[in-house]
Amino acid sequence: MTDLSHLIPQAQSDFAASANMNELEIAKAKYLGKTGLLTDALKALGKLSNEERPAAGAAINVVKQAVESALTSRREALLNAEQAKQLAQESIDVSLPARAQSTGGLHPVTLTLQRIEQLFHSIGFEVATGPEIETDFYNFTALNIPEDHPARAMHDTFYIDEANVLRTHTSPVQIRYMENALKTHKTPPLKIIAPGRVYRVDSDATHSPMFHQVEGLWVDEDISFANLKGVVQDFLQKFFERDDLTVRFRPSFFPFTEPSAEMDMSWNGGWLEIGGCGMVHPEVFKHVNIDSEKYRGFAFGLGVERLTMLRYGVNDLRHFFNNDLRFLSQFK
Amino acid sequence: MQFSENWLRSLVGTDLDSQALSHALTMAGLEVEDMQSVAAPFTKVVVAKIVSVEKHPDADRLQVCSVDVGLAQPIQIVCGAANARTGLVAPCALVGAQLPGIDIKQAKVRGVESFGMMCSSKELGLTAEATGLLELDSLAPVGQDIRQYLDLDDHLLTLKLTPNRSDCLSLTGIARDVAAITGAATCFEEIKSEPSDTADSLNVLVSEQPACPRYCGRLITGVNAKVSTPAWMVKRLERSGLRSINVLVDVTNYVLLALGQPMHAFDANKLSGDITVRFAQKNESLRLLNEQEVSLKSDDLVIADGSGAIALAGIMGGQSTSVDEASTAVFLESAYFTPTVIAGKARRLGLSTDSSYRFERGVDFANTRLALEYATQLIKQLCGGKAGEVSECLGELPSRRPVKLRLSRLISVLGIPFSEDKVAQLLTQLGFTYSLEQSVFTVVPPSYRFDINIEEDLIEEIARLHGYDHIPAKAPVARLSMLEAPEARAHQAILRDRMVAAGYQELVNYSFVDEAWETDLLANPRPIKLKNPIASNLSVMRSSLWGGLLDSLVYNLNRKQDRAMLFELGASYHYATAQQTSFTETTRIAGLAYGSAKPEQWAVAADDVDFFEIKAHVDALLSDASALLPLSYEKAEHSALHPGQTARILQDGKPIGWLGKLHPKWQQHYNLNKSTFLFELDVDAILNRRIPAYQDVSKLLPVRRDLAVVVDESMPVSAIMAAIKKAAIPMLMDVALFDIYQGQGVAENKKSLALSVLMHDTQKTLTDSDADAVMAYLLKLLQNECNATLRN
Repeated sequence: MTDLSHLIPQAQSDFAASANMNELEIAKAKYLGKTGLLTDALKALGKLSNEERPAAGAAINVVKQAVESALTSRREALLNAEQAKQLAQESIDVSLPARAQSTGGLHPVTLTLQRIEQLFHSIGFEVATGPEIETDFYNFTALNIPEDHPARAMHDTFYIDEANVLRTHTSPVQIRYMENALKTHKTPPLKIIAPGRVYRVDSDATHSPMFHQVEGLWVDEDISFANLKGVVQDFLQKFFERDDLTVRFRPSFFPFTEPSAEMDMSWNGGWLEIGGCGMVHPEVFKHVNIDSEKYRGFAFGLGVERLTMLRYGVNDLRHFFNNDLRFLSQFK
Repeated sequence: MQFSENWLRSLVGTDLDSQALSHALTMAGLEVEDMQSVAAPFTKVVVAKIVSVEKHPDADRLQVCSVDVGLAQPIQIVCGAANARTGLVAPCALVGAQLPGIDIKQAKVRGVESFGMMCSSKELGLTAEATGLLELDSLAPVGQDIRQYLDLDDHLLTLKLTPNRSDCLSLTGIARDVAAITGAATCFEEIKSEPSDTADSLNVLVSEQPACPRYCGRLITGVNAKVSTPAWMVKRLERSGLRSINVLVDVTNYVLLALGQPMHAFDANKLSGDITVRFAQKNESLRLLNEQEVSLKSDDLVIADGSGAIALAGIMGGQSTSVDEASTAVFLESAYFTPTVIAGKARRLGLSTDSSYRFERGVDFANTRLALEYATQLIKQLCGGKAGEVSECLGELPSRRPVKLRLSRLISVLGIPFSEDKVAQLLTQLGFTYSLEQSVFTVVPPSYRFDINIEEDLIEEIARLHGYDHIPAKAPVARLSMLEAPEARAHQAILRDRMVAAGYQELVNYSFVDEAWETDLLANPRPIKLKNPIASNLSVMRSSLWGGLLDSLVYNLNRKQDRAMLFELGASYHYATAQQTSFTETTRIAGLAYGSAKPEQWAVAADDVDFFEIKAHVDALLSDASALLPLSYEKAEHSALHPGQTARILQDGKPIGWLGKLHPKWQQHYNLNKSTFLFELDVDAILNRRIPAYQDVSKLLPVRRDLAVVVDESMPVSAIMAAIKKAAIPMLMDVALFDIYQGQGVAENKKSLALSVLMHDTQKTLTDSDADAVMAYLLKLLQNECNATLRN
């Protein structure tokens, strides 16, 4: 039996010369294919005697294993090279900007309203709403502002007809909420905020004919004027995230609260007016059948645009309703 | 209300300085809206008299004056004023004086020494313009500091009074409140009754006593109305913002300011017959002092004489009986008119007078006669004349019912402790009389306070004097209970967030819009109109949010934006009934998309938005609602939208919104280069959502088969899907459209739809024959219901 060990370096050399998988397959066939050199040698074993056959077979197998091993390592090397090439081809500039989507954003007044709702919700206030086209009754009369009361002159009112106006404040929501509470047998404590659009016939650099207010109302057995100050101050400190903010109350007059106050907030060494407030007037409680001997309440109204301007440093009220995207996109 | 600080200080002895006084007023509820110095600060200006005048040797327009400034010797001043003349008394700034913008030094003017400057009112900063030296009274004390002489160290205070504080519409009233706030004493001049010189009087008949519970009138004859009003009175009037008119009118205005009692002076020679106070008669009219001719209504209270109405009571006098410099006899009126009778009447005529302003808020009815006495004194003093008898008609004056103040209530409402002594002290400072029994004060408010009727009114007074500043901020102590959180109802914020996530910017537009948007764009035949719009293009209430979105789009395109995705969430307004007497408001969410769907970039071509892209955004808004009730898009028409690309959105058959492409005619109208898509949905309808309910997850795998059918081109896919859904085929899980084909192999006016069909059985693995059966059933259904054929 001839020694086949010379085939090992020959195969190794053939495999190494194969530049790709196809060539490697052809080279493989030369040794291990159906008519390959090693296959033929193995077939020839049959012609040998029983005594010769084991040793000859073992010798061929040694060579076959070595050839197969050479084949495997060459195959892996080729695969690695191909993969490396493919990876190199797939390489991208990761610094390119992403496939861009439109980015939307909320209006700054919405940001403020959501913040106000969130803060008051955290101490148990519910959100109540009411119509913007309001009856004269709810906007004025039920709030203790009878017809021809001089306080009506304080409101520059948009009229739809004799009996209907665009609400001049969010205070009518107080009345509607308390009336409804009574109808549904809900008893105090009543804690609501009523955010929304309000309207006054006034338009200049510091007045918009439409703006937003948030009304707050808390009716309970043991609520005081000092509590009103406490809640408003707490709100402002949390809203502006400043512990040093204080609230100043100045005596004022609203027909639907008594005592009434203007609320000022300390700001950069001075005072800024931010809304009106007071203890719910007994006449208002009478309109909604709440016993003012048993219950007391406070109410306040805050100007939302004012708070937004202070929070974000906006210097012109008119920006809010011009809807210039260069302004609005700053609040994304 | 504007007034002179010095006048106020003459009535109340406070030691607060101007700033502190102003602060104290504001913090007590009399808000000082404005405080102005009467004159800019300047020094060393005195009253001076020109002793002699010589021409300047080297200048035509200059004169060399010898001026007495109160020193031992006159000083020499070169002066260019045309009115500089011997004997003139005028202000003189001495060397070292500091005037607004100029320091006075000894100087040579064209070679002649000058030791000061004669001044005009402009140079003293008193007026913006002046034509010459400020001419002073020839008897003015030479050498006196001009600030002292003209009372220039004074402030004009403007109070922004709330409607409840009519008692502070006079100097007396403000002084009284300063005394109450600060504890200082008032120093009011006592008004004595002025005895009558003659028995002359006019008969006064008040036929409407509830409207005029008190009327006092007095004739003064033989007056000289040609005299000029004294400077001190003119100054006080002017510093209160009133011009001097003539001495008689000035006196009535002065009494108004001093005491808060509106007065009227009729020219007695122009009156005929008795004076009556009555409501206007039918067809009666009156020419007012301001020349306005008014037709009187039956609820207008008038003063009348034999000739008819001569004054609108409490509002304004009539032209025919007005006083002037030629008047020699006056009939003075001082009355109390009931606030509700006067309220609103002036406004109805487009007027607001000092008189109506006070009467509609409440005038001190205890002061009516005193004011008349005071005016009489002043007229006699200034114009001479003889006073007649006072004619007084007295009906039932308002009563001041006692008001109870419980100490316990005070403490609980304000939330701070109070002692009986403290409350008693504050009530005393206010000038309220009271009695005290078992910690309950029974208070009788004075006649000038119209705003003290209930316990809360007193609580407010106590709080005000105690100082709102001294009420601490206290956190409430309250029972805790959690708020309801209905899971089946989404928050509006979710809709906003979805819009933002889809790339839309939120806007807030006015609720009132251009009427044309409503009538044309939205084909709304009867928009809700405002009676008094702020501008003609903001005159009706919007019934849709689209007008504002389009307007904002145009605004931004004009500012170099080339694409926009905008949305707004807000109310739309509608008549609720055909009678147009009640309204409904629907909260809507509306969106607009214009230009390329994505911002310009390297990665994606800048394709313009199309219907189905926006529909995806609408679907995102509807995702909660669609899990609850079936939603559909139905081909429809809308005045604003392209007729071939308009969908009405239905929820369980009920319309809840619109989606479509802006009609080309509107696109042209708004000068839009590209297609614009719009949608709008009722917010209320889409916030309801399903609370998830678990169902068994099948362990068995689904089977997918595909089906291609050919249907009429006009057949909406939604109809096919609805038919499948309605049939509720067992084992059929889901059918989805994955391709639409028209062209070769499909007949004209037909389209081929490729459907993927998912099937499963929760009990056993689906066999091929099971699946075949389902597919056969489905095909048959489509053949029957949708006139479909299987595509070869």
